[in-house]
Amino acid sequence: MSKRTQVSAVVNGDPVDFLTDPGATLLDALRDELGLTGSKEGCGSGDCGACSVILDGRLVCSCLVLAVEAEGRRVETIEGMAEGGRLHILQQKFLEHAALQCGFCTPGILVAAKALLEVNPDPTESETRYWLAGNLCRCTGYDKIIRAVMDAAAELRQVRV
Amino acid sequence: MAQLDFIAPVSPEQAAAALLAGGAGARPLSGGTDLLVQLRSGRLPPGLIVDLKRIPEAIGIRQEAGGFVIGAATPGIALGEHAALTAAWPGVIEAANLIGSTQVQGRATMAGNLCNASPAADSVPALVAARATCLIVGPAGRRTAPVESIAVAPGRTSLAPGEFVLEIHLPARSARSADAYLRSIPRTEMDIAVVGVGVNLTLDADGVITDARVALGAVGPTVIVADAAAEALIGSKLDDAALARLDTAARAAATPISDKRGTADYRTKIAGVLARRAATIAYARAEKTA
Repeated sequence: MSKRTQVSAVVNGDPVDFLTDPGATLLDALRDELGLTGSKEGCGSGDCGACSVILDGRLVCSCLVLAVEAEGRRVETIEGMAEGGRLHILQQKFLEHAALQCGFCTPGILVAAKALLEVNPDPTESETRYWLAGNLCRCTGYDKIIRAVMDAAAELRQVRV
Repeated sequence: MAQLDFIAPVSPEQAAAALLAGGAGARPLSGGTDLLVQLRSGRLPPGLIVDLKRIPEAIGIRQEAGGFVIGAATPGIALGEHAALTAAWPGVIEAANLIGSTQVQGRATMAGNLCNASPAADSVPALVAARATCLIVGPAGRRTAPVESIAVAPGRTSLAPGEFVLEIHLPARSARSADAYLRSIPRTEMDIAVVGVGVNLTLDADGVITDARVALGAVGPTVIVADAAAEALIGSKLDDAALARLDTAARAAATPISDKRGTADYRTKIAGVLARRAATIAYARAEKTA
């Protein structure tokens, strides 16, 4: 019955091979085959953004991607954000601004915010809010998240100068 | 998710053959933002998934014969990044980019929006107003069809077994032409259209409208081409009288139902309002073009 398929992809810069069911999502494969449990399943229908990853440079919901689609693709997850023991500036700013409470949405928001700052290093607050509109948080009320992202953007711009 | 089969062919003909062989349970996959939700919810029984994203023609935006060819698997975010496409067809692009979140834009496609055949699909009224056509590939070869011929009822298309949309074609733009799309939703983002209106206009050197096309979404089982609404504009400079005629004709063309998103009366009234506003935006854009 089960026709497991082998998939080769690059996850957070590392080549990986895994076996997956054709019906399994990329989120399932990341969590269950590769042990990368930072990406979360909130809704499973692309509404909440907790499973956000970057697939070949595009921010996507990994619950709406089949694992087999990742063949030959590059995937970036929350696990690839810190370098060694050093947190990404976004992660540091989320701690400083207390931009999380339960933390379930946080990996997805961090990945989405990173994708934003890669295409738009100087976003307005409004642009940031629209970009992150697909990431739901039921704890913070969003203000601290937005402040953390704006602060991280400002600091990243200084680093680049 | 339930068991299904998956293939990712590299040619359109292989995809058509696979879809035909897969029977009623076979589905083409481009962005998957509707298809995977339907599969995961159990609304669609598992079958064969034919991924179109390895077919070169299905990816990207090409300028051809003065118009644009958009591969069926090109995500919304790539449309908005294309400066020439956005300049030529601002209404089509604003409609496509209204769909869902940034994450959804990273995957969702206009061809998928079209073939999902939702009455409330945002990009479809804009494509219909633009006189876009589809290149359809099937077991019998290739054919071209107008976008408005694809959806025949909610969730149902005119595509024959084995057929799928490979490309969407936007025609060459004449001078002093522009389009606009507006929708009504109860919030600012990420919702399904209660009403959507696409308007596409061409002006002469004096600002008189010489060609118009008006398409209404979410006020009927499929997108409505409101010919009388378009005729109400032709020969005018979009003065108040023309806008009033447009409003009346758009309301007359609407055949909405009442559901949880809005009543039929409300939708009818809003169809007229959005037609006026979209026409005003399209007119201003057309005046600014060379």
